[in-house]
Amino acid sequence: MPTKIEKDAISGHMTTGHEWDGLKELNQPLPKWWLYIFYATIVWSLGYFVLYPSVPWFNSYFHGTLGYSTRAAVDADVAAVTKQRAVHMDRIKALSYRDIRQDQQLMAVALTAGRIAFAENCQPCHGAGGGGNPGYPVLAADNWIWGGTLDDIQRTISFGVRSTHENTRLSVMPKFGADGILKPEEIRAVAAYVMTLYGAPAGGGDTSAGQALYAANCAVCHGDKAQGNRELGAPKLAARAHLYGDDLPAVTAQIANPRQGTMPAWNARLDAATIKALALYVHGLGGGEPDRP
Amino acid sequence: MSDRAIAYNEDIVKKFVVASMFWGVVAFLVGVVLAAQLTWPALNLGLPFTNFGRLRPVHTSAAIFAFGGCALFGTSFHIVQRTCRARLFGGEALANFIFWGYQFFIVMAALSYVMGFSQGQEYAEPEWHLDLFLTLIWVLYAVVFIGTVMLREEPHIYVANWFFMAFILTVAVLHLCNNIAMPVSLYTAKSYNIAAGVQNAMIQWWYGHNAVGFFLTAGFLGMMYYFIPKAADRPVYSYRISIVHFWSLVFMYIWAGPHHLHWTALPDWTQTLGMAFSIMLWMPSWGGMINGIMTLSGAWDKLRTDPGLRFSVTAVGFYGMATFEGPVMSIRAVNALSHYTDWGIGHVHSGALGWVAFITFGAFYYLVPVLWKRERLYSTRLVSWHYWIATLGIVFYIAAMWVAGIMQGLMWRAYDNHGFLQYAFVESVAAVHPYYVIRLLGGLLFLSGMLIMVYNLIQTVRDPATARRGEAGGDLAMAKA
Repeated sequence: MPTKIEKDAISGHMTTGHEWDGLKELNQPLPKWWLYIFYATIVWSLGYFVLYPSVPWFNSYFHGTLGYSTRAAVDADVAAVTKQRAVHMDRIKALSYRDIRQDQQLMAVALTAGRIAFAENCQPCHGAGGGGNPGYPVLAADNWIWGGTLDDIQRTISFGVRSTHENTRLSVMPKFGADGILKPEEIRAVAAYVMTLYGAPAGGGDTSAGQALYAANCAVCHGDKAQGNRELGAPKLAARAHLYGDDLPAVTAQIANPRQGTMPAWNARLDAATIKALALYVHGLGGGEPDRP
Repeated sequence: MSDRAIAYNEDIVKKFVVASMFWGVVAFLVGVVLAAQLTWPALNLGLPFTNFGRLRPVHTSAAIFAFGGCALFGTSFHIVQRTCRARLFGGEALANFIFWGYQFFIVMAALSYVMGFSQGQEYAEPEWHLDLFLTLIWVLYAVVFIGTVMLREEPHIYVANWFFMAFILTVAVLHLCNNIAMPVSLYTAKSYNIAAGVQNAMIQWWYGHNAVGFFLTAGFLGMMYYFIPKAADRPVYSYRISIVHFWSLVFMYIWAGPHHLHWTALPDWTQTLGMAFSIMLWMPSWGGMINGIMTLSGAWDKLRTDPGLRFSVTAVGFYGMATFEGPVMSIRAVNALSHYTDWGIGHVHSGALGWVAFITFGAFYYLVPVLWKRERLYSTRLVSWHYWIATLGIVFYIAAMWVAGIMQGLMWRAYDNHGFLQYAFVESVAAVHPYYVIRLLGGLLFLSGMLIMVYNLIQTVRDPATARRGEAGGDLAMAKA
């Protein structure tokens, strides 16, 4: 029982009469403002429980008198923004590229839509502005693997490269080393020759053996002058734009056991109008090619 | 009540104080490394062991469970003995087993994270075998603490001990429920939680939020209720507030977890529940702030002369700010802006640095001279330097995270007049970069302050000038002087 209730000299308040290791407590009442705000938050919460989804029971819950749900709220927001976009996106979807480009305002909207879709979906691999990354082609130059017209770009975006879509862009390079088609020294010879095509130092010496091997094994896809073949998706080799590096070890490795990257088919994820907007945006990054007649 | 001198077990308190200081340096150092990695990702060095994903739990566990945990073990053992006038229950061997067992757990947990083992549940990363071992340590802690309370010579239990008991019991329940998992095999550090999907998320955040509520709030309130009245030499402001805010705090905190899962697959009614209880938690939290600050009435002048007390009182200020900010962020509409942004990081650090660390610093500046029987601290000037450097560090940290977080939230939801997103995610990453640099600077300042403290406390223990008069070192110092 409290035995030492006393008056605190400084504050003039009474203590509770307990003492622990010299510590005492004043018997002060609860501050009114504190108590009333506490009550107010409880009243507010009870009101909120009535208005909004709150109390559960066995197989459902009280939905609240406002009929609010977070899913409905998100759906409404998404519907509103979709409607706002549809004003222009429906036209982008319906019109041909030629017609879109003739309508300056529509073209501006398409590039806006394309910019944000690119930044959210493409930039992580292809880099800001389509600058490319090791293993991911540059999109801002005209060194296209699968073609740089608007239709080519749209097709690549829609169905991807080596994707699971049936219309995917598909090219397969044989594993010249891993499958024993060429001997290691032959691969080195081809690599040394290929490097001369883009002016990389070949380490001197005679590359005619490599040239002969190239003609017999590589030219059928990559072309006599290593200019590439877009029908087959065979990259141009006579340029310093090699996906996996252009020094001797990288080129040798790519011949011996080629890395062949994939790109998803975006038609499952982006709507047709967004893909068209993306094609227009990518086409305008610096490497777009005119339509084939 | 007898006036006989009781031989308190102070050795165990000393051990935990030293461990807490050591882990504090580790926690803050790893935090600075992570802040630098977030600013310049190449600093992860491309090694699996130094990857952000593995180092982050090292930082959070070191800060919460190693630095904060050792501080709680140490101060609770000190406080419960003094306020119960009883020697620690269970003897020295048991106390030492708890100490070394807990250190073993910390080291093993940290090593397991770095080696790539994790349950993938925030603040509950250790795998099942470590969880079982921690359960043993924690049960022994409860036995020793409650055993000491039962031995008390004072008829009533002091308020600090209520909070410590709530902390110990609730953390035990949280730890057990969130870690019910089936190991893949007896010899594999890999398990699957019994709950999946949204149930798992709900249990996890019930755990996560109450780790904040009972580990970082209730436990440290226990610390506050002893060291502020002690250092101020004043009675606790209101016994009635302490009763009402204790029971309302422990009752309401346990429901607030769902506010971590707003706008997710968690049912709306559960979100409402979490939000409403978070709002109602505001005043129960502030009860502790009122009692902490008002206890100084009549002793405000001590803030000028006792920079340790300045830490404690500033801690209560940060506590009040964070426990207001929390309910605000729990409001579903506010959360739509703040969730997943750096605002959350700023919020937890105003709690962790401003409240948890500062209240611990205040306690240790009081406790070290008492435990090592020194006349005074080595240098109050250095305490002041620590105070200002650390406070500046916190201000840099949380201000940068407020700006970065609100900017992220606004950028992520900005649409142009055609209905297209105005900013890509990657643009929001680039936009916060300057604030990450400021955050890093804040962390560096906080770490520097901690190093000053470590130096000051070591000198307090070792320098002859701080020895009590009449004791060997003191006589020596006086002879020199």
